[in-house]
Parts: sequence; structure tokens; C-alpha cells
Amino acid sequence: MEVLYENLLNLDWKMVVMWAIGGILIYLAIKKDMEPTLLLPMGFGAILVNLPMSGAATPEGPLTTLFNAGISNELFPLILFIGIGAMIDFGPLLSNPLLMLFGAAAQFGIFFTLCLASMFFPEIKDAASIAIIGAADGPTSIVVAQKLGSNYVGAIMVAAYSYMALVPIIQPPVIRLMTTKKERMIRMEYTQKPVSKTTRILFPICITIIAGLVAPESVALVGFLMFGNLIRECGVLGSLSETAQKVLSNLVTIFLGITIATKMNAEQFLQLDTLLILGLGLFAFIFDTAGGVLFAKILNLFLKKKINPMIGAAGISAFPMSGRVVHKMALKEDPTNFLLMQATGVNVSGQIASVIAGGLILNFFMA
Amino acid sequence: MNFAMLFDPSQFVKNLPYMGMGMLGIFIVIGVIAALTMVLNAVTAERKKDDRDGE
Repeated sequence: MEVLYENLLNLDWKMVVMWAIGGILIYLAIKKDMEPTLLLPMGFGAILVNLPMSGAATPEGPLTTLFNAGISNELFPLILFIGIGAMIDFGPLLSNPLLMLFGAAAQFGIFFTLCLASMFFPEIKDAASIAIIGAADGPTSIVVAQKLGSNYVGAIMVAAYSYMALVPIIQPPVIRLMTTKKERMIRMEYTQKPVSKTTRILFPICITIIAGLVAPESVALVGFLMFGNLIRECGVLGSLSETAQKVLSNLVTIFLGITIATKMNAEQFLQLDTLLILGLGLFAFIFDTAGGVLFAKILNLFLKKKINPMIGAAGISAFPMSGRVVHKMALKEDPTNFLLMQATGVNVSGQIASVIAGGLILNFFMA
Repeated sequence: MNFAMLFDPSQFVKNLPYMGMGMLGIFIVIGVIAALTMVLNAVTAERKKDDRDGE
């Protein structure tokens, strides 16, 4: 009889807290439809690893095996990037290349948070890994945190994915604070400029070469993203493109989500550090938004044809959420002001800029 | 972790150069990519125009 209840004696209050956190993530995924592809596996995984003497989390257990197979060597996020690259249509960006500058500006939060985090975390690798939450990109956050050997990989991953899902809540107040109603109502005409197939094919190849020459540590990130895009744009690999976008992405997402939870055991996760990391991650997103909007406002000082500063906020890499947030805010101010194409172009450029930012962070701080 | 002991505001200023280098680096790389894209668009558009003129 003892064998039925003796494991209960190993139950700790911290494990129960982690069940609650797992439950919250599952609730947000199902009821609020917030990044369900990741929050649900993470939430359930948090419960799995926080059961006493959990067979899923032993050194030879399945979650540890998956972690060693795909997260500790950054393989899963990189393979996911192939799928993400195959999903992205760079058309709106290619027809208006200057929109890329807003994607660059919206990475400000990463570097500002680096300075903030360094005040609290004496090891610069930890501060840099926390700062990369501002990339608003799960694979980039995982790759950078793992490569730098951060002690806080679990908290960083949870923060990155959770805040990506919270973009519709985080961004609007920041945008409203930094802009006037008149600025939010600025109209931007969109003229569809044709983009040749040659440009669409050469673009991913050229980006990989340029980013790789400047930040060699970013080659894996940029290269896999652009490889996925090249599969999409070449026009002769339709089935591979479809597989990358759907089957491959879904498969890796399942493994990635549940495996991230190996870093969510109560002892590692329920630390004051975790709260601080969540707070710093939020700052990163806020200052990303602020950086993009501010850049647009500065440009408007010199431009005759004004830019709606809200599109700067779309430079955050949370694709396509950020672009949609800006578009909806514009419609709210003026139901005839359609900013979707410009916001999407900037949003897509944020994906590229965030990966380059990740590469620069690795360049600066990898031993 | 005792944050009261570890909190070091001087680190903010010490790491500002990374912020400068990082933002400059991103703008330079993105600027080069944007310029290259404009060149690609111009070259491929010209080639299309030449093909049409040749017909």
C-alpha cells in the first residue's frame, strides 16, 4: 500500500506553484488564443517536470533526451527558422526597402536592456541573454542564450514566448504615450511596386552573405531563415516549401515547446531572478516599441511627406502580430487609413534585424 | 541571489558602448541590405524594360 502514496511525500509546495504556472500558460493558450502552439506545450511540460520523481525529467528521460538532441545544440530553433523563412513573404518589404530602417530602429530595446540587465546580473553573458528577449523571436532567444551559456535559459524562453503573445497588450499603450492623435492619423499611400522573381531569389542569398560577413555567429540563424525563404521563392520546390511551412514547423514546434519545459523545474525557475528577468524582458519590448516610434518621429522632422510613426512599432519581430496591432490602431483612429502593407513590410524587416542583432550580441560576448 | 549586494548602477554606463556599437552595426547592415535591394530592383526592372524594348 505504501508504494501508492510514498511519492506524495516528495511533493513540494514549489512544484504545486509550477503546476499553477503551467495551468496559466495552458489557459492563456486555449482561452485567450495567445501563441497556443508554444504556450500549451510549455505549460503542460512545466507540469510534467514538476511532478515528484518525474520519469520524464530524469537524466535519461525523454525530455532530457529531446533537450540534448535539439535545444542544447540549438538545432530545433534553427530547423524552425527554415519553416518561418518559408512562411515569410518579403514582397511588401522588397517593394519599399527603406522600411527596413524601422526594423533596425525597433531593436533598440535589446541593447538598452543589455545596459539595464548588466546592473543586476554581474555576468555579462546573462545580461546579454536577457537582453535578447527584446528580439521578440523565440528561436533567436534560445540560440543566443544557449550559445552564451546563460544560467537563465528557462526564464528567458518563457519570457520571450509569453511577451510575443502579449504584444497586442504591451504595444498600444506605449504607442499612444509616444504619439499624438494627429500623428496616429497620418495617412500613408501604398503603391504596389512589382518585385521581380530574380530579386526575390537573390534577396535571401545576399542577406546571408552580408550578415555572415559582418556577424559570423549569425550565419546559422540568418542562413536557416533565408534558406527557408529561398525554398519558397525559387518556384521549383513547391512541395518542400509546403512541408517546411506546415509539417516541419508543426513537428519542431511540438518538440520545442514541451522540451523548453525541462528548464522550468521549480528549483531553477522559482527564483527572484526569474521575476527580474520577466521585468527586464517587458522593458525590452517596451523600449523596442519606443525605439521604432521615436525613429519615425525623428525622420518626420526632415520629411515633407510624413510617416505615420506607429509603423515604427511594427519593427518588433513578433510577426505578424505587431503589424496587425499597428494596422488596427490606425483603423481605430481613421477607419479609412489602411497601414497593413507598410506595417507588414516593417514587421518582416524586424525579423531580419532581430536575427542580425542576435548575431551582433554573440559577436560581442561569445568567448 | 542578493540583488542589493549585486546591484551596480555603474555597469549601465560601462555597457553603453555596446548599445552604441550594436545600434550602429544594425543600421549599417540593414542600410547595406536596403541599398542592395534597391539596386536589385533597379537592375531587374531595367532588364525587363530592355526585354520589352527588344521585342
